[in-house]
Parts: sequence; structure tokens; C-alpha cells
Amino acid sequence: MSGATSLNAAQVASLSPARHYEDNPATRDRPWVKWSILGISLAFFAGFLLLPLATVFVEAFKKGWDVYLAAITEDDALASIKLTLIAAVIAVPLNLVFGVAAAWAIAKFEFRAKQFLITLIDLPFSVSPVVAGLVYVLLFGAQGLLGPWLDAHDLKIVFAVPGIVLATVFVTFPFVARELIPLMQAQGKEEEEAAIVLGANGWQTFWHVTLPNIKWGLIYGVVLCNARAMGEFGAVSVVSGHIRGITNTMPLQIEILYNEYQFAAAFAVASLLALLALVTLVLKTLIEWRAALNARDHQQESAS
Amino acid sequence: MSIQVQNIRKQFGNFVALDDVSLDFPTGELVALLGPSGCGKTTLLRIIAGLEHADQGNVILEGQDASGTHVRDRQVGFVFQHYALFRHMSVFDNIAFGLRVKPRSKRPSEEIIRKKVTDLLKLVQLDWLADRFPAQLSGGQRQRIALARALAVEPRVLLLDEPFGALDAKVRKELRRWLRKLHDELHITSIFVTHDQEEALEVSDRVVLMNHGSVEQIGTPEEVWNAPKTPFVYSFLGSVNLFHGRAGQGELEVGEQRVNNPDDAIRPGAEVIAFARPHELDIDTNIQASHGILATISRIQAFGITAKVELEREDAQQIHHHEVEIPLDRLIALQLKGGQAVRLVPSRLKVFEQTKPVAADHYIAAGI
Repeated sequence: MSGATSLNAAQVASLSPARHYEDNPATRDRPWVKWSILGISLAFFAGFLLLPLATVFVEAFKKGWDVYLAAITEDDALASIKLTLIAAVIAVPLNLVFGVAAAWAIAKFEFRAKQFLITLIDLPFSVSPVVAGLVYVLLFGAQGLLGPWLDAHDLKIVFAVPGIVLATVFVTFPFVARELIPLMQAQGKEEEEAAIVLGANGWQTFWHVTLPNIKWGLIYGVVLCNARAMGEFGAVSVVSGHIRGITNTMPLQIEILYNEYQFAAAFAVASLLALLALVTLVLKTLIEWRAALNARDHQQESAS
Repeated sequence: MSIQVQNIRKQFGNFVALDDVSLDFPTGELVALLGPSGCGKTTLLRIIAGLEHADQGNVILEGQDASGTHVRDRQVGFVFQHYALFRHMSVFDNIAFGLRVKPRSKRPSEEIIRKKVTDLLKLVQLDWLADRFPAQLSGGQRQRIALARALAVEPRVLLLDEPFGALDAKVRKELRRWLRKLHDELHITSIFVTHDQEEALEVSDRVVLMNHGSVEQIGTPEEVWNAPKTPFVYSFLGSVNLFHGRAGQGELEVGEQRVNNPDDAIRPGAEVIAFARPHELDIDTNIQASHGILATISRIQAFGITAKVELEREDAQQIHHHEVEIPLDRLIALQLKGGQAVRLVPSRLKVFEQTKPVAADHYIAAGI
């Protein structure tokens, strides 16, 4: 899963040994080994990643630009885009706050249930999204645990926007925390200690010392979190109820269009999600590049 | 400002880091906390700063119990072994940090801050580095900036945790001389932690020797060097030769051999450990002599003013290593060779009655 990758110095440092390995005639492999390994990975890349991606755009534009434009400006499509954005706009900031708080707690404090908390953060990664969705239905649905109470107070969660937001929050829960925990653990707490000895209060320490140090990891986590929030299908599908124009997010809208044989429209909406994925990848690469620069500076720092 | 710690006890799990430690740090002195790693010296320093909480006991700053005072209100300056400079801030901003985070009512104007930081940069002789970032500085420069940053808030005490531990030998020597000079100018009560005996003896007014969470001896560098009170202090400071033996009548039995024992306070028959510094041992080439400890020369280093002779001795199936320093002309007169059997004759011997079994290896590792 994409969230399991993490932005750390080891990843960055692994680049230079590879070059070193290749430049050295004593360790260099024979050309055919290099080229066949490269060939295999590039063939897989082209066949399983590039081709499907290209297909999305080709299918989307098959019937021309007008049909494409009509498909994504159609009422139900616009409603789905809006809902997806709403879910992301709520889920990402929530998980940003939670992620920073959890990473802070785990990296800077000692407490009893620490290992348990770390495991718990991974729960959304390890459990099937469908199960996650079902949990919400069982909790908040009409037959559910809190169903009668919600009904009595005229609150609707499942098969409505709140349910979709909740499911999105659940599945995107780990991204920011997972990204920050190793980063903050590696940085230790000496700088924070230095800050409080100098008289800074908790907020000043966080804002002036901790946050600038985790900036790139944090942005990286948010980008990944956002991509997943917009693309989530399983959990959202269970709690959505598939009410057109009301509880359909973009992935659900695509499925419905596809099932109704409206291929051009389905691929048109899909192309928007694909575009989002591409933007995410560009951002991710940019951030990794920036973080690599930072890490190199710090390596110089520890080497001197 | 004076610092007192009273009956401090700190435990990490089953490990007792500090066991009922009480100390008094008088105003204006530079005190070294010296001991091997794991002896609790850093923990004690962090407890004084407030970065660590003691399980028991009190920290008294200027006569007032500070145990409940938050770190940021204790007005201490702390210098970390690995500098802990804010890596995304320039040198200038690092030093200004403590002034800029003050509450608005106490915060000096930006103009005053600028003047103060510039003065501090001049004090640590690095005023040309103000715009650099920590990553662009050498280790010695970083530690001086860290010190300037700590001094910026005008702390009442300065606490330094192995301040030169991460630096190479030459810079370390330079910086400790500089620290001593700075202390003579500022006269701020300072405590610094080190495991380097040379550093402690050279820089401080007073040395506190610690081992296994307790204080072994307190004194001026001369006192602890010339009159070590415990076997630990003896072996920790400088090179030392160690002999296990049994006390006799005015004599000491080491294995099969005997040497004179100047200390008549030791009761005959007691198990003892005896220490002699390398220059307190002489070599007798007459192996038929009645007194002296038999050993074999393994290596001779004949350069410098005194010559160093390394010897080996087997006792109870264990190889013991010894080191003797004799004047060069004495070495030539004796015509010593590698592999030669000789007797070691101590001119001065410090004998301790052995109350509990002590791991001999520990002393050798710490001493030589």
C-alpha cells in the first residue's frame, strides 16, 4: 500500500551506493544482466501501469471533446465531484490534526499503551474497507446499535453525507501519522528540550521547532491522504446507498455509469481521478526531491 | 547561584541510575561530574535542569526548592552533547530564540535582541557566522553557538552535558581551554558532565567522581588525583597497576611473592587490592631477590623523557598487564630486553581492604 512507504534518509541515501556500485568495474554486472532486469521491469510498467492509464484517457476522449465536457458537467457528475471534495476537505484536515498529535505522542513521550496505539493506527490498512463500511452501517444504520436514538433525533448518518465522511476519515486515518512517526522518532527530542530550557512554551516549541522539522514529511502524508480520500471506493460504497446526485462520490459515480454502458461518461469522470493521481505523483516526487536535499544537508551535518 | 541536590534517587525500570545522591555546588564554581558511562552523571544534570524528574529528593536552586518548577522557569542554560541547534534557523535566529519566545511584557525590542546576539557572537568569537545554518558549521563552531544560545537568556546556572564529547581531540582541547577562560570572565555557576578525566581535571575547580549512581569522592583536581579515597577513584584517574593479595605483617602477599606494605592500618590476613601508578613502580633485574613481584617484560617504549615498560604476570591462571615508567637513563643502566623476567618493586603502594568481591577487569578497563 502506498502509505507504507515512508520518506526517510535511508531511501534517499540508497541512490548513491547504486551509482557507486555501477561505476566500479569490480562490482559492475555484465550488460546483459543490467538490460534484461531493466527490460523486465519496464515491460511490466508499460503493460500493467502505463497502458491502463492511457486507456482511461483514450476511452474518455473517444467520442470527442464535447461528449467529454458534457459528461463531466452533467448534474449527477458535478454532484459526485462536489461530494468527493467535501469528504476530502473534512477528512484530510481531521487526519492531519490526528496524525500530528499521534506522531507527537508516540515519538516524544513514553507511555504504557504505546505499542498498542501504533498497531491501532495501522488498523485501517489491515482491515478490508468493506468491513470498515459495514461497521458504520451496524453502528449507525436503522437496525444498528445507535440507530433508534439517531432516528428519534432525526439524524441521518448512514446512506447520507456524514456516513461517507466518516468512512473516508476511517480509511485515510493512518497516512499522516504513519509518515510522521519514523521521521519524528529519528529526530529525537533534543531540539524540543533545548527550546523549553530556553523558555519556550509548548505551542512556541511546536510552531517554531517541531513543525519546521517535519514540514516535508507532513506535506507528503497529506498528499497521500488526499489521494486516498478522493479515490476510496469500498468503505464509501457500503455506507453510501448509491443515491444519485446525493450520496455518490466520484468512484461510485464511475461504477454506476459503467454498469449502465455509458463508457465514455464513465471514463470521462475516471479521467479526472486519474488526473488527480498524476498530480499527486508529481507533488510526491517534488516533495521527495526537496526532502532529499534536506536529508543531504543533514548527512553533511552528521558527517562533519 | 548555588545549587544543592538532596537525596536524589532515580530508577529506570530495574536500573538504579542515582542512589541517594546529595551534593552542594557553590556559587560561581565550575564543577565537573566525572564517571564512566552509565554512572548517572547525565541523569543528575538533567534532573537539575528539570528535563528529568527524580523519584525522590529535592533540587534547591538559590535556597529555594525547585522540584516543582517547570524547566522553562528555572532559568538554567543547558548545552547538549550533540548541540541540538535548531537546524532550520540561522545562527543568529538560534541565539535570538530564547529572547524572542519571552512573554510580550518581558521581551526585549528587536533592536536590543540584535545587539545582544551580536555581542554574544563576539564573545564566542564567531560573529562572521551569523547568517549561516547549523549544517554549514564545524562541530566546534556549533558547540560554541549552542553555548552562546544558552547564555543569551542570562541563565543563573550553566549545565553542560558532555559538551566536547562529539568533537575530535584537538578541537576538544582548544575548546576546554576556551571554556575555562570564559568561566573566569563570567563567573556563572557551571556544572559539566564528562567521562574524560583529563578534561575534568584540567578545566574544573572541583571534581565530583561518580560510579554506579553514587558519589565516590568530591574534591579539587589536586585532591582527587593525589589522594584518591576509594579503589574506584584510584583506578579511574590515570593509569594504574593493580595487585590482588593478602595482607601480612608489614608485608603484602601477591600470589607467591611479597612486597613491603607501608599501610599498617590493614589487619593481617585481610584480602586487599593494592594500587601503584606506573611511576611508582621500579624494576629489579635480580629475580633471586626476596621482595618484589615477578613479571615478564613484553614491550619497551623508549621515547620521551621517561621510558614505558609493559609487563605481563600470570597469577591464578590469569594474565595481568602492568605498566612501569622509569627514567630513560635508568632503562639504559638496567639493560632491559623484551622477554626478560624481572621483579616489580613498588616505591609507593595504596592498599585497600577488599570488603566485597570486585571485578578486577572493570578496574583495568577504566584505569588504563
